Amino acid sequence: MRLLTHNMLSSNIKGVANGFPLGLEVQKFVEKQVDFNPDFLKNMFPKIEWKALVTAAKTMGYAELPEEVESSMLESEDFLQKFHHALLELHLEEGALICPETGRRFAVTKGIPNMLLHEDEV
Amino acid sequence: MKLKQLESHLGCLEQFSNPKVELEQYPTGAHIASRMLFSAENSFGDVSGKVVADFGCGCGTLGLAAALLDAQYVIGIDIDSESLELASLNAEDLELDMELVHCDLSNLVWKGQIIDTVVMNPPFGTRNKGADMIFLHTGLKVASQAVYSLHKTSTREHVKRTALRDFNARSAEVLCELRFDVPQLYKFHKKKEVDVAVDLWRFVPQKNQERV
Repeated sequence: MRLLTHNMLSSNIKGVANGFPLGLEVQKFVEKQVDFNPDFLKNMFPKIEWKALVTAAKTMGYAELPEEVESSMLESEDFLQKFHHALLELHLEEGALICPETGRRFAVTKGIPNMLLHEDEV
Repeated sequence: MKLKQLESHLGCLEQFSNPKVELEQYPTGAHIASRMLFSAENSFGDVSGKVVADFGCGCGTLGLAAALLDAQYVIGIDIDSESLELASLNAEDLELDMELVHCDLSNLVWKGQIIDTVVMNPPFGTRNKGADMIFLHTGLKVASQAVYSLHKTSTREHVKRTALRDFNARSAEVLCELRFDVPQLYKFHKKKEVDVAVDLWRFVPQKNQERV
């Protein structure tokens, strides 16, 4: 699971009002190189929940992203490279996603988060 | 990539070895999958450079077809863990990246409008009535650009009306009618192989609609 996916996923347990962002528990992660595509990043930037990305990247051991951002930073190649790396090249392989409201763990196994709910959570 | 090349890549994918009837798991044939993604890309520009989600991805055929056509980011979602494992192996074989999420689409909570295009071959809802419409409803909520889907031709009017009236689609268009070969997978299938007429649809969601 990469951090763009993490930026979309939300706890879906019945009754949870603020299920985003999910916390990360990292047991194993890998980095895989992806072709750099600045146009894609510029288009994606306004749709990303920045704080969630910064926090998730830090948990994965990558602390290079600035806390505060504005769209003028998209002119900087250096910034785009960091954004690219955090968003697309870090893979959580084993670990869990944690519901911010209830603390419920959603296991991540072989890179696949299991968001299936128990009967009493639907 | 040419249509023929796409179809032959998809023809090599591993399919379900023991499909689950309750999930209406029918493999999406390479013929149909390649045509769906090829027209999405070549007629509408909905694939290359986009974020594409494959709903009920099964062994990953549609999502991997999107990746082969240079989608920037592909996410496959399925309720069945065996399907996801198969999809993951198929992605590895083709040396493609595909994100996979184990989830029931009827209670997917998805933040924001990151997904551009949703592609799906939903359960036709023959055994689990309305399943295809739940998929479509969710697709129209999360996609910002388009939803491509297959539905039985016999349900054409119903699909159109529901998409426009209840799911707030801006447009719903049948791109073509295809024959879906359903091989004899399950015991209740009496004939060796049957052809089902299906429509390939393109739905356009409303822009800037409220978040899910």
